[in-house]
Amino acid sequence: MARLLATIEHVVKKPIWDCRMCGQCVLHSTGLTCPMTCPKQLRNGPCGGVREDGACEVDPSMTCVWLKAHNRSERMPRTLRKEFDDLRPPVDNRLQDTSSWANLLSGRDRVVPDGWQPDA
Amino acid sequence: MSYPSRPPADAAPVTGSPRGDLADLLADPAAHGPVITAECPAVDSGGISAVAAHVARLAPHADAINATDNPAARAHVSNVAMAIAIKQLGAQPILQVACRDKNRLALEADIVGAALHGITAVCCMTGDDVTAGDEPEARRVFDLDSPQLIRAASSLAKGCYLSGRALDPAPPLFIGAVENPAAPPFAYRVRRGLKKAAAGARFLQLQICYHPDRLAEFAELARDSGLTPRVALLPTIALLKGSRALRYMTANVPGIHIPEPVIERVENAADPGEAAYRLALEQAEHALSLPGVRGLHIADFRHDDTIARLRSDLGLPAAHSAPDTDALTV
Ligand code: SF4
Repeated sequence: MARLLATIEHVVKKPIWDCRMCGQCVLHSTGLTCPMTCPKQLRNGPCGGVREDGACEVDPSMTCVWLKAHNRSERMPRTLRKEFDDLRPPVDNRLQDTSSWANLLSGRDRVVPDGWQPDA
Repeated sequence: MSYPSRPPADAAPVTGSPRGDLADLLADPAAHGPVITAECPAVDSGGISAVAAHVARLAPHADAINATDNPAARAHVSNVAMAIAIKQLGAQPILQVACRDKNRLALEADIVGAALHGITAVCCMTGDDVTAGDEPEARRVFDLDSPQLIRAASSLAKGCYLSGRALDPAPPLFIGAVENPAAPPFAYRVRRGLKKAAAGARFLQLQICYHPDRLAEFAELARDSGLTPRVALLPTIALLKGSRALRYMTANVPGIHIPEPVIERVENAADPGEAAYRLALEQAEHALSLPGVRGLHIADFRHDDTIARLRSDLGLPAAHSAPDTDALTV
């Protein structure tokens, strides 16, 4: 069942968002732009290497993923726009290739390490 | 052959001691004035004396010195080893920690490892990509991003690893980060700074910036949003020999863009070395006039006495006490 869900999710989300199946989806808070398509897989905004023309430091043939995310998020409803500034926790690598939908329903995608404490 | 673990007598370069702890210096502008940090050039071999030469040049003019973490994605003496060397030589190190080469276990280990040696100032950054360096075939890691790394460091400072496992006593870390006021999306850069502040950053070393308008806008927005004075801004000033370095940076360092007229001003000057210095001095004066700017971070590519000249032209006091004063306090 979980496998089937992951397959369906992949089929739906790969063509639209180039989903990499991290299993802990944050699309809603990143302007519907998948942060795992950033070559550095940054979950909390652009690095300092964005080029003058907005191109990615690593792959100058593409626009910085976070530049797109930022522009798109500015056009989203207010609540989602605010979530753009949330500090997203480190990726749980055990969830790779599992269904983020299943993990959302079970709450598994919101589990953070015990030492991941509230803001300083 | 083994290198001495203590600096040899002829390599003891720093006369006097730092004028204060970085956290204290940044906290009190009225008492301490602008704070200067500097980047220690990377070192590859040659024992402690190789580091000593750089520290001797920088420490009299810098309150703290960055121990870099494989800058420009090239392997060098490690950040922790450099920080220990800088400290042994009598200066105050800032441990740079980059996300590119190490996963979260290794990053946590570096921070607590340095803290074991009394190194508590930490500067967290994403790091250039491996493709920027000379081993572009390496695996890039980025297991944490920089805001996550800052918060992980905050957890260490509060007494636990990311796992929750206790660290007792907790290392008294002073955590900082970097930001690039001149890279797109400009409007978002201060918000990213706020995210880093919320995660626990207390200072931001800002990337070299050849757009004074962008730096000014960043500083003003930082003030209006409350990022400063919560976080101390330290814009980076590059000390360069001439226009070649400017051309190199704008062509090869992603995130740094230098307008053509700026390069030409140096290139066409009768004395390009002097013109490059004048440019740096102007940038430094402008940066120090901006709200929330607590000092400067110096990237010295000239490797001469320019940092001393800059410090004196800016009218800043020496960073290290004179040897005699120091002898009295010992
Ligand atoms: S599940 Fe993960 S990889 Fe897939 S779109 Fe969402 S954030 Fe991107």
